[in-house]
Amino acid sequence: MDLLIKTTSLETEHRVVLGGDIDAFTAPKVKETLMSLVTKPDINHITVDLEAVEYMDSTGIGIFIGIMKECIQRNRTFEVHKLSPRVERLFRITGLYDHIAIRKGESE
Amino acid sequence: MVTRSFQEEYVKILRDYLSAQGEDQLYGAQQLGKWMLSQDISPEEITDLHARALEQLGEVPEFVRSSFSILTEIMIEYGNEHRSVNSWRNRHQQMESEIAVAKAMQQSLLPSEVPVYPELEIGVVSIAAKQISGDYYDFIEQSEGRFGLAIADITGKGMPAAMCMSMVKYAIDSLGQMELGPDEMLHHLNRIVGRNIDPSMFVTMMFGSYDSKEHCFRYAMAGHEPGFLYRSAEGEFYDLEGRGNALGLHPNSAYEVQEIHLEINDVLILLTDGVTECKNNRYYLQREELVHHLQKEVGESAQKMANGLYNRLLLLSQFDLLDDYTMIVLRRT
Repeated sequence: MDLLIKTTSLETEHRVVLGGDIDAFTAPKVKETLMSLVTKPDINHITVDLEAVEYMDSTGIGIFIGIMKECIQRNRTFEVHKLSPRVERLFRITGLYDHIAIRKGESE
Repeated sequence: MVTRSFQEEYVKILRDYLSAQGEDQLYGAQQLGKWMLSQDISPEEITDLHARALEQLGEVPEFVRSSFSILTEIMIEYGNEHRSVNSWRNRHQQMESEIAVAKAMQQSLLPSEVPVYPELEIGVVSIAAKQISGDYYDFIEQSEGRFGLAIADITGKGMPAAMCMSMVKYAIDSLGQMELGPDEMLHHLNRIVGRNIDPSMFVTMMFGSYDSKEHCFRYAMAGHEPGFLYRSAEGEFYDLEGRGNALGLHPNSAYEVQEIHLEINDVLILLTDGVTECKNNRYYLQREELVHHLQKEVGESAQKMANGLYNRLLLLSQFDLLDDYTMIVLRRT
C-alpha cells in the first residue's frame, strides 16, 4: 500500500517518477498529482517513469486513460517510461498502449 | 428529561449503597446505567441527578455542592461528543442499508439463471469481493437458436461501478433487440460508455454470440482479459484471440469479430481479471499456471469445472480473493 511520487519540473516539461502500489487506495493521490501537472499552463510535455511500480490495478490504468484524454484536449504530449511486464500487459490488453507514447529503455 | 420515578430509583440505589455497600446496589446501578444509555440521557443530566440525590440524602457541604459546577462543565463536553457519535452511528446505519439496497438492485441486474440449449452446458461462478461488484455478465436471447453473451469488468468498485453497470445493462438490453454483430455492439457501447462516465473510468468487455445449432461462437473484445479455448482433440488450452480498446477509452474505436467453431467436448472459458489477478502472497498467478489448474478440471461438466477452478484459486489465495471474480464455462457435449 506504499506509494512513491517524485516530480521534477523543467522549463516546459514535467517528469514524474512513480513507485510502489497504484491501486484503489493510492490512485486518488496519483491522479491529483498528475492532473495538477497536466492542467498547469506553460507545460507541454509530461513524462511518467513507472520502473519502481510494483503493482497497478485497473484503477491505475483508469488514471492513465484520464490523463491521456486530458492531454489530448489540452494539446500536450504524455509519455510513459519503463513499464514492468505486468503493467505493459495491462496497457496492451486495455488498448491504452496504442494511445500513448511508450518508451521502454532509459528515460534519459 | 429525567423522570421523577427514575430519579427516585437513583436515590434509592444510592441510599441503600451508602448504608450497606452491597454488590446488589452496584448491579442495580449497572442496569440503571444501561437504561440511561438507551434513553440517551446525557452525562450532564446524570451529574445533575447525582447532585440532587445527595441533597435528598442529607446536608451537603457547600464546597461539594459548588464542585458540581466544574464536573457539569466537563460532562457537557462529553455529552456533545456522545451526541455526535450517536449521529454518526445513525448515518452509518443509514448508509449500510442504502448499500444493502444497492447490492440487491445490482443482483437483479445479473441473470438469475443460465439459458438451456441442446448439446451445450453453461456453468457460471460470479463472486463479489466487496458488497458491490464491478463484474457484469449477461445472456441475451437471440433468434434461431443463438444467444448473446456479455462478460465485463467495470473499473473500480462500489457505487460508481454499480451505477455504470446499470447503464451498461440497459444499453445492452436495448441494443440487444437489434441483434447486432459483436463488433457493432461494442462500437455502440463504447460511444454510450464514453459519453456517460468519468474520464478515468472504463469498462472491459467481451461480447459474443453463440449459435447453438452450428456451435459457432463469434465474439469481439474491448480491452478484456482473454479467455481460453480447450480443444479436446489436442488436449490443449489456447488463449482466445482478439484485441480492441476498452469501452470509454477512445471515441473512435473499431472492434473486429473472431470466430470459433466448437467440436464435441471443446470448452470455452470466459473470465474477468479477478480470475487472473489471483494472488498467492505477493505473487501473481501466471496464465500458464491457470491453465495448469484448468487442465485438472477437464472432463467435468461446465458448472463443476467453474466451481472446481474457483475452489482451487480460493485455496491458492488463502481464502482472500482481492478482486471480483467471474468465470463462465461453455462446453459442447
